[in-house]
Amino acid sequence: MPEAQQPAAVEAAVQPVLRLSGVTKRFGALTANNAISLDLQGGEILALLGENGAGKTTLMSILFGHYVADDGEIAAFGAPLPAGSPKAAIAAGIGMVHQHFTLGENLSVLDNIVLGTEPLWALGQNSGNAKQKVNELAGRFGLDIDPQRLIRDLSVGERQRVEILKALYRGARILILDEPTAVLTPQEVESFFATLKAMVADGLSIIFISHKLNEVMAIADRVAVLRQGSLVADFPIAEASRESLAEAMVGRAVELPERETQSAGDTVLNLQDVSLRDSAGKTLLDNVSLTLKAGEVLGIAGVSGNGQGPLADLLSGLAAPDAGALQVLGDRVTKVSPAAMLNRGIGRVPEDRHATGVIGDFSVEENLVLEVYGDSRFCRFGFLKGAALRRNAETLIEDFDIRGADPQTTTRSLSGGNMQKVILARVLTEKPRVILANQPTRGLDVGAAATVQRLLFAACAEGAGVILISEDLEELLQMSDRVAVLYQGRLSDSMAVEEADLRTLGLMMAGHGPGEVGDAP
Amino acid sequence: MDILEIFVSLGFWAALVRMATPLIFGTLGELICERAGVLNLGIEGIMTMGAMVAWMWVYQGGDLWTAVLVAAVFGALFGLLHSGFSVYLGVSQHVTGIGITLLASALSYFAFRMLLPDVTTPPKIDPFKPYPIPGLSELPFLGEVLFTQSPLTYLAFFLVPVVGYGLYRTPLGLALRMVGENPMAVEAQGIDVHRLRTAAVMLGSAFMAVGGAFLTISVFDAFYIGMINGRGWICVALVIFASWRPGKALLGALLFAAFEALQIRVQQSASAFIPYQFFLMMPYVLSILAMIVMSRRAAYPKALLVPFRKGER
Repeated sequence: MPEAQQPAAVEAAVQPVLRLSGVTKRFGALTANNAISLDLQGGEILALLGENGAGKTTLMSILFGHYVADDGEIAAFGAPLPAGSPKAAIAAGIGMVHQHFTLGENLSVLDNIVLGTEPLWALGQNSGNAKQKVNELAGRFGLDIDPQRLIRDLSVGERQRVEILKALYRGARILILDEPTAVLTPQEVESFFATLKAMVADGLSIIFISHKLNEVMAIADRVAVLRQGSLVADFPIAEASRESLAEAMVGRAVELPERETQSAGDTVLNLQDVSLRDSAGKTLLDNVSLTLKAGEVLGIAGVSGNGQGPLADLLSGLAAPDAGALQVLGDRVTKVSPAAMLNRGIGRVPEDRHATGVIGDFSVEENLVLEVYGDSRFCRFGFLKGAALRRNAETLIEDFDIRGADPQTTTRSLSGGNMQKVILARVLTEKPRVILANQPTRGLDVGAAATVQRLLFAACAEGAGVILISEDLEELLQMSDRVAVLYQGRLSDSMAVEEADLRTLGLMMAGHGPGEVGDAP
Repeated sequence: MDILEIFVSLGFWAALVRMATPLIFGTLGELICERAGVLNLGIEGIMTMGAMVAWMWVYQGGDLWTAVLVAAVFGALFGLLHSGFSVYLGVSQHVTGIGITLLASALSYFAFRMLLPDVTTPPKIDPFKPYPIPGLSELPFLGEVLFTQSPLTYLAFFLVPVVGYGLYRTPLGLALRMVGENPMAVEAQGIDVHRLRTAAVMLGSAFMAVGGAFLTISVFDAFYIGMINGRGWICVALVIFASWRPGKALLGALLFAAFEALQIRVQQSASAFIPYQFFLMMPYVLSILAMIVMSRRAAYPKALLVPFRKGER
């Protein structure tokens, strides 16, 4: 080891930059963190893995001073860290990038970075110095960004760079990243990983919170797994495998749902040269054509903002095409409305389950009939039939294994996975012929995602066609029969999933045609 | 009088600058509040209160400049009341603001009547006199229009770059702009969101009250009921017109004052065949049109109207 020649370096390598001993946190009866002891070495990337609710974020919030632990100690660079003070954490060289960014949209990058770093009552600002420092940090770690730009003009990936620069600007030597890749495109993830490598090469230490196994395998030096508040595994990445990590996370072996290939049936959905413009005349969808057959899954890949939203709106009946023809089950749809699409047998799993999937303040039984409450099963003379609603909810909760819910439960209080099950139950019980699934597993943990996939496969087996819009390429490749790529409102020809691979799709998502992919660098 | 004649007359331009003054104070005040994320619809009442207490202070024998200070303090107190409800309790800023307006104007009239129960015609005071700035006031045209005004008018124009500098060139201004955009980001830096917002609302309200005081202790020499006459509401609109920027706020105030000054003069010349109500309406119609043009791409503070509660995402 080269360090052996320098005693000081040996000590630095031996002493962890961060040491958690016996950290415990309880919320009422729930033990969110149970006596967790964990070391972070200088210059390493530690992945903190766990399902939603395993206690990852709680642990990091304690570390960063948002919460005070009930028991246990934390030491940074050998000195005890005062509890419950983000300021002390920053002073100790800890920086945190939250999953939800805290940036001011109408302010510049520089403004966002320097906020709070100068005495509040100073009569002026030294923005020249600050800009130089930001540019220097950005150059060093490959976080290129113009400090004068406004946050609202930045992509999500660029906003994340601003958050990282914010932490670095405050002198962070330990960086905590909470689910940093959840919002990034595959290409952005690559450059983000390059940044992480540049940072550890510079001597920073990184804690990387994630529930995506492949990313953890790709970037981490060491992995710690939390399950139900306890540390269940802590080993170098070389000793880990996807299967062992998944098992450690879930506590049992997880099988990814497989489905037997089946011959595709009749055409259930057909789009011919459909175009869509927004009110300002900007083209959202440009001559999109696609055909979906019963029993197949058509995956739509693409970087978000390239037309996925408009395509979903179109199929949901929220937007009418400006040109082209839309056929459902062989019938041309002329009058477009959400109700018309529902009546024609299109089931919708919307992208944002909180905002458009369920009404959070309504009960589960109400959410389960949101699309059919006018039906004679649930309504007579304009009045809802309470007993019918309840029976319907009881049956569906049982059939779809919606946990933590009874018919009267407020839907908001359900976990993401169970909320998604409510939506799927509502959609699938109506036996739709076409299912629009927009990001159906986003934000769900491995177990819940597998359940969602299994339910969609089951619907397929019963003869529904599924349009799967997803930014998760692995999921697309695993679930789809055919894949097509949306780029700037244009949809590529679909290709059989056997012919597609991550690299090809990634390049097509960046605007390269399938023909040029072979020549691209 | 011909329209062209109006535009070349000194009186029109001098009146424009004078009429813009209370609007500049009010608009800057509202702008500071809204930049911090708090809509202050108490402005109409706070201006009334400022007009009344300043006038009363002078009427009772007080000094003019002290009267300005007293108005500012009263304004800040009503700002504190507003933020007690809208910032700390997080209740609707619209409802609180209207409540403050009703309370402050009614209290002003009530106090005025209580202190002067017997007067029938509004009593008069000695108001601020125009102060010609030595040298500059000798300039042809500009001297009379810009440099022979009330000291409060100079103060209003001086405050525009001061507020601009404060907002855009100081750490406190940055924190204030950020608290109107994303309070979470401010809190994450260990700055108290509620205190910062309260301070902004109090400062803004002090500006509004001074704008009201200008009317009673500079333009007129008396206080009477209904004298603010919607100027506060105009300021709320001007902030949108200005896209929340002090420089544009000055422009908007001058533009509205121009319509107003023009309206008075056109009314006198053309009222024979056009009902005068048409001219009364004109400044408002023109303001609405100007606002539509100016504010189409306005980027309003993202956290405006959104109360901040600790520990909520």
